[in-house]
This record gives sequence, C-alpha cells and structure tokens, in this order.
Amino acid sequence: MGEVAGRAGRGRHSSLTVVLLEFLGSMNLAITLLVAVAIASVIGTVLQQDQPYSDYVLQFGPFWFHVFRQLGLYDVYSAGWFLFIMAFLMVSTSVCVYRNGPGMLREIRQFRLRVQAKSLRLMRHHTERESAVDAAGVGARATRLLRNYGYRVRTADHGDHQVLAGMKGGANRLGYLLTHIGIVVILVGGLIDSKLPLQIALALGDLKVETRDIPASQVPPSSRLGPGTLSFRGNVNIPEGQTADIVFLQVKDGYLVQQLPFSLTVKKFSVKHYITGQPSDFRSQVVLHDPRNDKTIDSTIRVNHPLVYDGYEIYQASFGDGGSKLDFKLWPLNGGKPLVSHGSVFGKYELNTSTGKRRLEFGDFRMFNIDQVPGADGKTKPRNLGPSVTFKLRDPQGVAKQYMNYFVPQTINGQLYYLSGVRNSPSEPYRFLHIPAGPHGGIQRFMRFVGALHDTALLRRVAEQTSASALKAADMHDPAVRTRIRESMVRLLQQFANGGYNAVFEDVQKRVPAAHRQAAGEAFLKVLNAALEGVYIDLLKRDGITRPTQQDWVWFQNAVPALSVLPFYGSPFFLQLTDFKQIQAAGLQVTHHPGTIVVYAGAGMLVLGVFLLFFLAHRRVWVRIEPRDDGGSTVLFAGTSNRNVMDFERQFAQLEERLFARLDKPGDGSS
Amino acid sequence: MSVPHDLMDGLERPSFIRALGLFDWLWAALVLASAVGVYVEFNAALGVYQQAILAGTTAALIGVGWYWKPMRLLSLVIAGLSLLTIALYGSQYSAGESNFILVWWLSSPAAIAWMNGLFLVATVFYVLGLAARGDALSVRSLALGSWLTWAAVTMGFVGLMVRWRESYLIAPDFGHIPVSNLFDVFVLFCVVTGLLYLYYETRYRQRALGALALLIISAAVAFLIYYSVVYHADKIEPLVPALKSYWMKIHVPANFIGYGSFAFSAMVGVAYLLRDRAERLRPDGRVVRRLPSLEILDDIMYRYIALGFAFFTLATILGALWAAQAWGGYWSWDPKETWALIVWLNYAAWLHMRFTKGWRGRPLAAWSFIGLIVTTFCFLGVNIFLSGLHSYGKL
Repeated sequence: MGEVAGRAGRGRHSSLTVVLLEFLGSMNLAITLLVAVAIASVIGTVLQQDQPYSDYVLQFGPFWFHVFRQLGLYDVYSAGWFLFIMAFLMVSTSVCVYRNGPGMLREIRQFRLRVQAKSLRLMRHHTERESAVDAAGVGARATRLLRNYGYRVRTADHGDHQVLAGMKGGANRLGYLLTHIGIVVILVGGLIDSKLPLQIALALGDLKVETRDIPASQVPPSSRLGPGTLSFRGNVNIPEGQTADIVFLQVKDGYLVQQLPFSLTVKKFSVKHYITGQPSDFRSQVVLHDPRNDKTIDSTIRVNHPLVYDGYEIYQASFGDGGSKLDFKLWPLNGGKPLVSHGSVFGKYELNTSTGKRRLEFGDFRMFNIDQVPGADGKTKPRNLGPSVTFKLRDPQGVAKQYMNYFVPQTINGQLYYLSGVRNSPSEPYRFLHIPAGPHGGIQRFMRFVGALHDTALLRRVAEQTSASALKAADMHDPAVRTRIRESMVRLLQQFANGGYNAVFEDVQKRVPAAHRQAAGEAFLKVLNAALEGVYIDLLKRDGITRPTQQDWVWFQNAVPALSVLPFYGSPFFLQLTDFKQIQAAGLQVTHHPGTIVVYAGAGMLVLGVFLLFFLAHRRVWVRIEPRDDGGSTVLFAGTSNRNVMDFERQFAQLEERLFARLDKPGDGSS
Repeated sequence: MSVPHDLMDGLERPSFIRALGLFDWLWAALVLASAVGVYVEFNAALGVYQQAILAGTTAALIGVGWYWKPMRLLSLVIAGLSLLTIALYGSQYSAGESNFILVWWLSSPAAIAWMNGLFLVATVFYVLGLAARGDALSVRSLALGSWLTWAAVTMGFVGLMVRWRESYLIAPDFGHIPVSNLFDVFVLFCVVTGLLYLYYETRYRQRALGALALLIISAAVAFLIYYSVVYHADKIEPLVPALKSYWMKIHVPANFIGYGSFAFSAMVGVAYLLRDRAERLRPDGRVVRRLPSLEILDDIMYRYIALGFAFFTLATILGALWAAQAWGGYWSWDPKETWALIVWLNYAAWLHMRFTKGWRGRPLAAWSFIGLIVTTFCFLGVNIFLSGLHSYGKL
C-alpha cells in the first residue's frame, strides 16, 4: 500500500524473502484484501447475525443451514476465514510500512541537493533565466524568499554551481506513516478485544457452549469462565433487590457464563416517559461491590452513561420483568365460583379447575401499554392501556395457547370491555375476546350469564316462560307444540353455549334440506335471540332489576357476540388479574475491552494522518545557480508538489515572479 | 559578502493574519461575542463537552468565515432570520399556526418547503444554463441558479435552526438538535451539499457544474417531499434515550460533510464522463464550452473525495467513541457501522489507485459514481432494508 516502491538495493536479502515481501506489500494484494473485507462485510449485514439457530433452520432449510454454519456465516465477523483476511490485511499493511517507511522518512529529511539540471528541467514547473546578479546575490534573495514562504532551505556549493533546495509540508509523508501504522494499531487493538481466544478454547474443547435453559448455578464448569478473561461482552438481567456476579456471553447457539470480579446489586430500575408516552430515560440504581478490596460503589447507570470500574464498563442495555407478584381469579367458563390464586411472572402452575386441567405459565408483565389512537382532530394521540400480563395455558397434551390480558377494562366506542388476546403461536397476531364490563365495571354479570347458559334446569324454566308468553301472544294453546318449542329452545341455547353461532348453523345444515335452510336459519336465530333475551331478563330479575334500562340492553348486545366466540377462546376458564406488585429487572451489559485504548490510539493516528495526507502538500523547490564569467548567473528554478498541483502552480508562478523581479539588473549598479 | 539592500526587497509574503481586513476582525468579534453571550446565558445547562463543542464551533465558524468570505454574510442572514423567527414564536409553539410570517415563511416546515422549492427551481435554471443554445441566456440562467441556490441553502439552515427551537417549544424535554432522524439529516444533506457546491463555485468562478450538483440535491429534495407527504416524517419526535448525547452534535454533521462531498464528487465524475464524451463527439459543443476542463474536473473530483474521506474517517471514529459509551463497545458490526466501513474501504481503494497506480480520469470518474451508489446504500438503504442499532431513521 505504498507510494514509493522500495525495490532497489535489497540484494542482501535472500530472494525468497524479497519475493514474499514483494507479494505481501503489493498494491494488488492490498486492494484484493480491501475488496474481500468489503464483500464479507456485506454478507454480514444482509444475513442477520447471531440469531437463534432455529430461526436459520426455518429460513434456509436443514441443508443450507449446515452449509452456512460451516462457513461461519451466522457470526461472520468472528469466523476463522474473516479473521484470517483481517490478519492478512494487517500483515500486508505492516510490510508496506516496513518497505516504504524508511523511504518516506528519507523524503522528509533529504533536500536532494545533488539534483541534476537535467532532472530539474524535466519537472512540470521550471523556468530558466539569465540574471545580471551574481550567484551569491541570487542565492541570498532566493533563500530569503523561500524562507518567507515557509520553506526550509539548504544550500550546497558544487564548485561550478550552487544548489539551493527548499522543502515544505514534509509532514505530508508522515501522514502516510500515521495512516498505515494507525490501521495496523487499530487491527491489533481489535484483535485484543476479539473473540479469538474464546474460539480457540471452544475449538480445542476446553470450553463447551451451554445450550440448555438452566439456572446459572447449575451450569457445569466446562461452560464457565473465570474473571481473568482478556476481553468479553456479556449480559445479565438482575431483578430489583437482587445481586449477580456473572454475565452470560452469547456464543453460537448457546451461552457461556462469565464470572465477574465484583458483584452488582440492582436497587431500583425506573423508566421515565415523555408526554407522548415514548420512554425518555432508563435508569438502574446499582451497588457494585468488589470483594477483593471490599470497595462499594453506588451509581446510577443510564443509557449513554455507563459505570466504569477497573477496566470494566457496565451499561444500561435493556429491561424486563423481574418476577412481578400477581393476584388473579380464575373464572370457570361454566358459571362456577372463581378460584382465587396468586403467582409471579415466570412462574409455572398446575391448575385443576372444575372445567379442566391446565398448566399456567406466566410470561411477562407490563406496566404501560402505550397505543397510538386516532384522536378527534385526525392526529394520532398516545393512550395508555394500563398494565397487562401475558401467559401460556398448556393442556394435558402439552399444547399451549398464548394469552394477553389487560388489567383494567378498555373503552371502545364508549363501552368498557375486558380484553383478552389469544393466539396459537408467537408468529400470529392476537385475536381479542371483548367481554363487556357490567355495572360498576365488574365482570361478574358476564360470568353469571355464562353460568346461566350452562344450567339446564334454568334454561328449561326460562324456555318454558318464553315459549308460553310467545304462544300466548300468538293465541296457540297446544301443549305438544309448547313442549317442542321449549325443547328446541333449550337445545339451541345449549348449542350456542357450547359452539356459538357456528354450532347452530351446523345443526340447521344437518337437519334442514338445502331449499329451506335460509328461512329455517333465520327462524332459528330469532328463537335463539328470544331465548337469550329470556335468559338475560331472568338474570336481571334475580339481581332485582325488573325494568332493564337502555344501558342494560346495550350490554346484552355486546355480550352476545362475546358469548358466541367464547367456545373458541381455547381455555376452560378466564384469568382475571386482580392485583399486582411490579418487580422489574435491569438488563445490564458488562464489557471488558482492554484493546480500546490501543484502538483509540490507532484511530487518533489515522485521523491525524488522513488530514496530513490530504490537506498538506509536500512541496519542494530548487534554485540551481551557475555563475557566468560576466559576473551574472544562470538561474534554474524548479519545483514539485505531491498534492494539489494546481495550488502549487499558482504559488510557483508567484515565487517565480518575485524571485526574478530584481535579478535582471546587475546587483551592484542600482543603488 | 555584501549584498545590495534593494536586492532583498519585495520578498515579504503577506501573512494570512495580516491579510485579514476590517470585516474579518468584525466577523471574529461578532462570533466571539455571540459565543460568550450563549455561554453566559446557557452556562448552567451546558456540560463540559457541550462547552467544548461551543468553543470548537466558534473557532470553526471564525476560521471558515476568514477562509471563505461569503460564509460571513450567509451566517449573518441565517442567524438574523433564525433569531427573528424565535422572537416571533415567543414561548408558544402554536404561534406557528397563526402568525402569518411563521406560517408562510419561517416556521421550520415553511422554511424547509422554501428550501425544497428553491433547490428545484435552481436546478431548472442550472440545467438551462448548461443546455441553452445562446451564451447570454446561459450566463444569466446560471447566475440565477446560483442566487437561488444561495437562497435555498439559507432557508434550509434557517429551517434547521428553527426546528431546533421548535423542539424545545413543544416540550422542554423534547428539545434536541435536528440531526436525529432521516428527515432531519436529509435536510442537512441538502444544505451541506449545496454549501460544498457553492464553495467550489466561488473558488473556481465557474457555474455550469451546478446543473449536475443540483441534480443530486434535487433527488434528495424529491425524497424529502415524498417522505414528509407519505410518512409525515417532518413531525418532531422526542429522542430515544440512546441518542441523548452530545456526540450526536459532532458525529452526524461530520458524517454529512463526508456524504455531501462524496455526492458532489460523484456528480463531478459524471460531468467528467459527459465532457469526455462530448470532446470526442462534439468538440465545439456547449458541454465542452461550458464545463470546466477535464484536468480541472479530475482535480475537483479528487479534492472532494479527499475532503469527504477525511471527514468520513473522522465521523466514523467519532461514531466509534460514541458507540463505546452507548452500546457497550466501539465496534459492534452493526449494519450501519459495517456499511460505513464498506464506504470507507471503497474510497480508500479509490485513493490508492490514484496515488500508487497513477490512475486518472475516466475510470476514477466512473468509480466515484459507483461510490455514490455504495454511499447511498449506507445512508439510506441500510435504513430501508436492514435492521440494527442505527434504526432511528426507519422508513
């Protein structure tokens, strides 16, 4: 990567070394390596790095998954071949500096006082003139001029002629050295901080990646690292009030446990929000305790404000739930009494209810759910939906459904609903069950309605009354008809309770010929609706409400759709969160990067070097003065610049004009 | 040896400082006074790094004003209009919806809309100036394009300044310098590229290149309009915690001096190819008559790539320093970081080819245009196609 090819004068080395150095220091190799790094980098950005391996299998299929894994494409920047290219680049750059550095330093030091007139005349900027002034006078004037223009000047008397050499901006050559050495230094620093030692240990089998989801205390020693690891970057979630002295390093498809030389206790984690609801600040109040010197540090860690201790840096990286305490009620969806229970986030509980067995696994608790809703003026406005909890319900066969329930009922079109989302897998969106809240926002009325629909005796009684009043209105008194209507009402209600509208329609399909289906369906719906109304009126009566209000009927209108989808809710009970105590966990990242200072030193050299290289030109000028017999002299003025030739052209013209301004007349005859 | 006295006359080189005139010193005094004013007024809110940034900005502004004189008047006009706008706003953000001057001229949406419009019209005149049959028309058209570009840059900077103030008016904790999302930085790109072009124009006293430089700015303006109309991206949003750092004030602008220079040099590369072709096909045509010589184009292209490379290097390293504070490491192989490296490698290769292999002219011109494609992917493509830590400017 050099500007001066240092090929000459190295005959003393053996030819193999020469060839090798030639190859390693060659421009073509350097460019090839630059391109190789660029292409590898592109791969790393196109293929998302460090994802769970299962995602890659899904994405590429088993065959390509293995091929890509062998190529190290899931962690390109730690792959052996990538590190090899980087190392190669480092060697190539070093060789380049080794070969060209001495030349560059010579360029800065040497004024080239032995320059030949011939080569001066070959320069782009040169001029040759006769002067009436003698050699000494020309020399003095030229020296003064060049010094005024910031040139360092050296002179040499070669007997028949004098050479005056000026130079400026030699630090430009230093720019070459600084940039190239800077790159090497950065790469060395990067190597210190790389995962290379870890990977070697993994390859040799001294370390094993742990892939099981087990408590840190049970991780075997073969997956543990002592506090002496040269460099690492690991994460740990610490619930409020708890302490940790380890972090997890994510490696391939698993993790390693890194021991820290100190412990971290999270006293409190808090999130601040803007008025729009977006988080504005995450802060963890932590206590660091170092048992080696019994030192304790209290600190608040925020994003952009890490805690630095003894070469370790501790960052606010993420946050989550730390096992919040939850009180809840399980409403069996057949009208039984609710089961009052409690648990905590991440807890797993076997539930044995009257309507079935399930395993309850709490996933996450969220205090705030900020939603952007369209406001009256068309602009979206943030709205806080309040706390929510997610959980899985696993049936005895092990099949799980996921749920998300909000703590407080939400207002939708002016009505309050308890919302519960359900889905079969994380890739699906939640489908929400909307349970209308009853008087005073309670859920009881709906649950009692559900219970009523599962109470056969009650349904019979209500059907009896409803059919009686209907027949009376129609002036029909046949007891057989009445029984038939009553029984079909009960059947319809039960079908509806156990299978929603779908079950009713399926029944119609089965029993009625195609031609009459639509009419029959409509009739069935009418009967069903009348029966549901009957059940509802009965329910209200038992509550002492004999004259249902408009509000009560709106509730009924909202309750029927919820009842209709209830059979597809997938759970034999409804979990109502009744109280909670939030416990948060701070996600902290701990890093140890001793190479940082090396990288910064290299980066400083690189920046300084780049600015020297591009904004400073190495300019040289020569004034060759040959005395003539008549007391005058022949002056050859020439110059070069390795950068910004056009600027130099202007300066050279200026220098030329000034230099020769008074050299035409004899120096001693004017005053 | 005795040397006659007058032989030593006329050799003094007027030093840079002594060549400065009254206006230069007035300029320095004014900038310094403003900085002191800012310091006295806002000292309590400034951390030590912010104070360093203030000092650095002051020195840079004085230096740039001395080095490139038109910057002085430009800065004064921008500062004057910005202060006027701030006064018109008072403490009410809602004034932006009622005050006539704010609504139509100086609120940040209005000022940026003016910038957009002025750049687009300037482009038309520059293109006309390059393509017009008559030379008189060409000269007048180019002059008009130039004035419009100055106006566009002015309005763009005023828009950014005012947007900065507006963010504080919405809510004090919203306040931040408008270089935080894709909308902000596109405005920044337009004004920085405009300024970099105008510098060339005043230095070389040559305007026809504006037709190409303004084309790339117009492309950015088109995106800006699309982005605000379709995505309402011009809305001022509060900062995510990761961006709340003084580093943003230096990392982003340094980056955009890089991006702007690369964009301009790419268009100079296009100009080079155009002229090169025209010289072969129509040696006495308008393109050859109006565009600078190939030698000058080659030189400009190199200078802007060198400038861009220097600032891009600086910006990437500043980014690494910031990342070490925000993300737990100076380098995380985040897609944006990685693409910045790719851009850097690309131009490093370009510069090596020029210096060591002695490449000149056509291949480098074509390469500098390819460089623009790589740069654009880094600047925009990463935000659209890839996810990562730099996801502040999501589309």
